[in-house]
Amino acid sequence: MSDHTIGVSVNGERYEREVEGRKLLVHFLRDDLDLTGTHVGCDTGNCGACTVLLDGRAVKSCMLLAVQADGADLTTVEGLAPDGELNTLQRAFSEHHGLQCGYCTPGMLLSATYLLAQNPKPTEEEIRRGIQGNICRCTGYVNIVRAITAASGQ
Amino acid sequence: MSETTIAPTPVELEVGYAGKSIPRKEDGRLVQGQGVFADDVKRHGMGYVHFVRAPYGHARIVSLDVSKAEALEGVYGTLTPDEVAELTDPFFELTTPPGSQIKDYALAVGRVRHIGEPVVAVVAASREVARDAADLVEVEYEPLDVLVDARRAQDEGAPILHDDAGTNVVWSGTFDWGDVDGALKAADRVVKIKELHFDRFSSTPLECSAALVEYDRGTGQFTLHCNHQMPGVAAIWMGPALRVPLDKLRFITQDIGGGFGNKITTHTYLTACCLLARKLRRPIQWTEWRTDQHTANAHGNERWFHDIEVAVQNDGTMLGFKVTALDDCGAFPRYEPLGCIIWAQVTPGLYRWRNIRVDFTQVVTNKSPVAPNRGYSRMQQLWLTERICDIVAHELGLDPVEVRKRNYIRTDEMPYETPNGCVYDSGDYARCLDLALELIDYESARAQQAASNGKLIGIGIGSTLDSGTNNFGQSTLLNPELQFSGNNEVATIKLDIFGEIVLTLGTVPQGQGHETVASQVAADILGVSPDQIHVRPGHDSYWNSHAGFSGTYASQFAVTGLEAVKGATEKLSLEIRRLAGGVLGGADPDDVVLEGGFAKRADNPEAALPFMACGAIVNANNAVLPPELRDITLNCRHVYVPPFTMPDFDRKFGNLTLTYATQIHACVVEIDPETGHVDILDYAAVDDCGIRIHPQIVEGQVHGATAHAIGAALHETFAYDEYGQLLTSNFYDYHVPHALDLPEIKTGHIESPSPFSSLGTKGMGEGGGAAIHAICAAIQDALRRAGKPAIVNDSFNPPERVWRMIQTPEETAALVEVTQQ
Repeated sequence: MSDHTIGVSVNGERYEREVEGRKLLVHFLRDDLDLTGTHVGCDTGNCGACTVLLDGRAVKSCMLLAVQADGADLTTVEGLAPDGELNTLQRAFSEHHGLQCGYCTPGMLLSATYLLAQNPKPTEEEIRRGIQGNICRCTGYVNIVRAITAASGQ
Repeated sequence: MSETTIAPTPVELEVGYAGKSIPRKEDGRLVQGQGVFADDVKRHGMGYVHFVRAPYGHARIVSLDVSKAEALEGVYGTLTPDEVAELTDPFFELTTPPGSQIKDYALAVGRVRHIGEPVVAVVAASREVARDAADLVEVEYEPLDVLVDARRAQDEGAPILHDDAGTNVVWSGTFDWGDVDGALKAADRVVKIKELHFDRFSSTPLECSAALVEYDRGTGQFTLHCNHQMPGVAAIWMGPALRVPLDKLRFITQDIGGGFGNKITTHTYLTACCLLARKLRRPIQWTEWRTDQHTANAHGNERWFHDIEVAVQNDGTMLGFKVTALDDCGAFPRYEPLGCIIWAQVTPGLYRWRNIRVDFTQVVTNKSPVAPNRGYSRMQQLWLTERICDIVAHELGLDPVEVRKRNYIRTDEMPYETPNGCVYDSGDYARCLDLALELIDYESARAQQAASNGKLIGIGIGSTLDSGTNNFGQSTLLNPELQFSGNNEVATIKLDIFGEIVLTLGTVPQGQGHETVASQVAADILGVSPDQIHVRPGHDSYWNSHAGFSGTYASQFAVTGLEAVKGATEKLSLEIRRLAGGVLGGADPDDVVLEGGFAKRADNPEAALPFMACGAIVNANNAVLPPELRDITLNCRHVYVPPFTMPDFDRKFGNLTLTYATQIHACVVEIDPETGHVDILDYAAVDDCGIRIHPQIVEGQVHGATAHAIGAALHETFAYDEYGQLLTSNFYDYHVPHALDLPEIKTGHIESPSPFSSLGTKGMGEGGGAAIHAICAAIQDALRRAGKPAIVNDSFNPPERVWRMIQTPEETAALVEVTQQ
């Protein structure tokens, strides 16, 4: 197995690590950097629990190899409230009961972050489209849609 | 009426956090990625386990060689079926002979019986190397004939899965209440339905099963950091199998990423991990892959209903029915045959018919084993009663709303004893239905339907009961030798040296917000805010805060969990008041009130002892106490035991559950006649779970249960081909609803307090599969309104099946026959 040295910035912190060429980005985050907030819910790229921002874009970190992230700037759920003060979206998820078990929540928050960055006042339809790549098995999405709507100030 | 109808005296809560949707305690860590799920737990030197799995639905293991795998660099070792057979005993079976002769081990011994069954475990320094090594394990199989259709399981010449049992039948029995034959003879009409099928699916929690298992050689102690949702039962399975006392198995959970019953039967994998941790002398990390979960963890029970005969009067009054039910539990029974009795908690559904006969048989097939998936076994029965209701209405030309209202058990009949001795505690089904119809604007929907110009629009209702707090004595109706009955749950609460209040639950939550809800109940009793109560997250069997039935399953927390919390907190309250009364000049405990973190004399609020002082005195300064107060520990444990009695084996009669929450759903669907695609135009769910401690959490549970059932009705199926290959082994093929698949779900509620729980609460959350019933009803309604005589005979209705019903409605119409008498 070939090892590669990669350098990434995650939540503003710089890391340099040796990784196997076949290591998935999500496993790199979870196992090598111990950032376990990013979750794995499937092995086919359907569920979105592993969603992170890569250079500002939402990506599924199980669909990328760690080496593909070399040089990138990543944001994971741990980076949303670096000083422990919840951001607007996190607060909205809590206030509107947009999470139950919390397993999809990190990915859902990152997808919503990306959506609101692109479209600050999305309609309900646009919100549903924006989180279409994230599966939640607890909420039926009702309160997630409410939370994102509220976070957008609507 | 059974003795369980004796209601405890209701207690008025003083401060009033109960009933409010306060922010959840769990949310802070979960929205920051700081939850601790099983796969997040790491240990130095741990080895990753990967299972080599069966590529056949049914095959004999001819030979097996792990030497190449063990020789690979980075591999720590393996576990083979021979080792498992030597080091463990088969997990005990709940059923009667000969089904009880089935031998179920942690790995496939001698034969594989379903796709994905674990055969060999490989442990390595990384998950990637473990996978590589798994590829080097050589297993030679001799394929055997495969049984995938439960209806063939008892045929002459059918492959027998378990030679030790000599039959594919796990359990079989007849339930006969009232006088079905008399009712069928006396009725104006008999509606006969040849066959209905409840499909195989599961609620597929987003977090797969996982564990980090450690073994302490010095003490023989196994510690399992895992996401098992019913550890008490896991221990009962695993202790004897591993030949260790239960206390040697310490189960720890924190955050669990959904369970829905699918994390009740992971003891097979946990046992393999225990053996590996002991053998390889290192922590073992196991995380199931999604494909593993779909192929070889837990599905919901598939069930066939044959030869249904319903006794009906011309006005739609239903007198009774008989049915032959055939349940398919997959390759191993595990939690089964409990599903062969659990349905009886809701035998008549919501209806008043008194004459019911069910011939019930459960068989094994070459498919994944099942587990108690959300709505377990009752959902199938409720689907049957709802299907009967709609078919009867349509065949008799009656309005399904009217047929339901005519037959619903009425509020003034509550508590209502069902034909088999269950006691429906409270409820108002007709009012819930009215509310649901109001939410979908029933009159306009009917008008829209009438003016639809060829569009296929249908309206459907799903009426369900969510029975909660099992009387495990029902297991003895299946097997009188079993030593299970009643139920229990535990909570402990302490006041510590610096005034900290620490509450420990026996439950094992997976997103239901127990930390929050428990704190509301305790806060009201102690006169503090929920923020001042630290509720330990998760479960740890070393906290001594659990009992045999501890766990989170079967809609029971709002009764068992909260009754335990309330009981423990009331004991603590009394101790604090006794202590403060003594310290504050000899006041009677009844004359001391708890308020704002102080114990105060009612006659002199200036005389107040802060909780911190109480904690300090008892824990660290007790020589100052008079002898009569030295029994006070400020560490109180309460075990809640519901007032059940044993059911009657001969009559299969008795109270099987304590509370019954109601959910009535209504929906409007439009079917595309070209494709058979079903679009939900409007959806409403009305819930009655008695007193709601946290209304927002209740509504969230209603949403979730609805989503699962919509998925089951339209999108999700575990389909097998004739060779026993699973065709839907991942989220590509097994389509769980995403945000665009689901409608906005309107909710409504009423509160009919349970007379059987002291808080007036009822367990809820499973929802009884209401959306499956409502959508099936709406599809049939759309077809009938369009003049197509089809019946919906399957719980799963993908576009191709609906299209077929549109094109050739006579196919399913032929399943029904009505005779006039």
